[in-house]
Amino acid sequence: MSLLTNTYDVHKGEFETAGDASASIKRKLKQLGVDSAVLRRVAVASYEAELNLIIHSLGGQLTMEMNPEHIVLISKDVGPGIADIDKAMQEGFSTASEEARVLGFGAGMGLPNMRRNADGFAIESQPGIGTTIQMEFRLK
Amino acid sequence: MTVRQLMDLIGARSLNDSAPLDAEITCGYTCDLLSWVLAHGKQGMAWCTVQTHVNVIAVAVLMEMACVILVEGVEAEPASLKKAQDEDMPVLATAKTAYEVSVLMGQAGVLPPAE
Repeated sequence: MSLLTNTYDVHKGEFETAGDASASIKRKLKQLGVDSAVLRRVAVASYEAELNLIIHSLGGQLTMEMNPEHIVLISKDVGPGIADIDKAMQEGFSTASEEARVLGFGAGMGLPNMRRNADGFAIESQPGIGTTIQMEFRLK
Repeated sequence: MTVRQLMDLIGARSLNDSAPLDAEITCGYTCDLLSWVLAHGKQGMAWCTVQTHVNVIAVAVLMEMACVILVEGVEAEPASLKKAQDEDMPVLATAKTAYEVSVLMGQAGVLPPAE
């Protein structure tokens, strides 16, 4: 059972507001007294997920759920999907646009960084359908 | 070393007067790839970059850095300064290169981030 659920819409290409959802998630968890080390890991993973939605997806949602044992982050988009997930998980592999690269993003670090920061990580994707990433962070 | 002491050390000015300058610096870093910084940034970090857009501030805030140092005289974008003010993130500006700032910080005992 979730004690708290928050969902944020994240739109394709909206770099100006990148980080707003993650900052909101971080503020809420801080108010709830979540340990600062866990908080930073959630914030980084959440920001990476938010950036991936902005850079790569056609749009999607970022959801944070909290229960007594875990914080769960779910990123779900409406496409275009990832053709080769193993390749996408490799550090340094990226299909980011020139616009993203000019800003200093798109170095192929996002998915590996999410996995590194989370205690549990799962990704599912279907080309033409979309991608769902679920991350868990233990509270105890 | 505090952010204020760092300003004196590298001859930087603060672009965000409302930000607290007494935060303790835990480590130093120089990088313009935000993806990379997201993987290696730390709490209390002093981060040198020539990137000036608003996402720099978002990254620094999320990672709870001590300050952003804009080097080689680059000018912060107005949206970046506004976000820095809203979030109380110190932004320093210097004409020195990232290399010069890194050398000065290193000589003063500011270490790279511990992995």
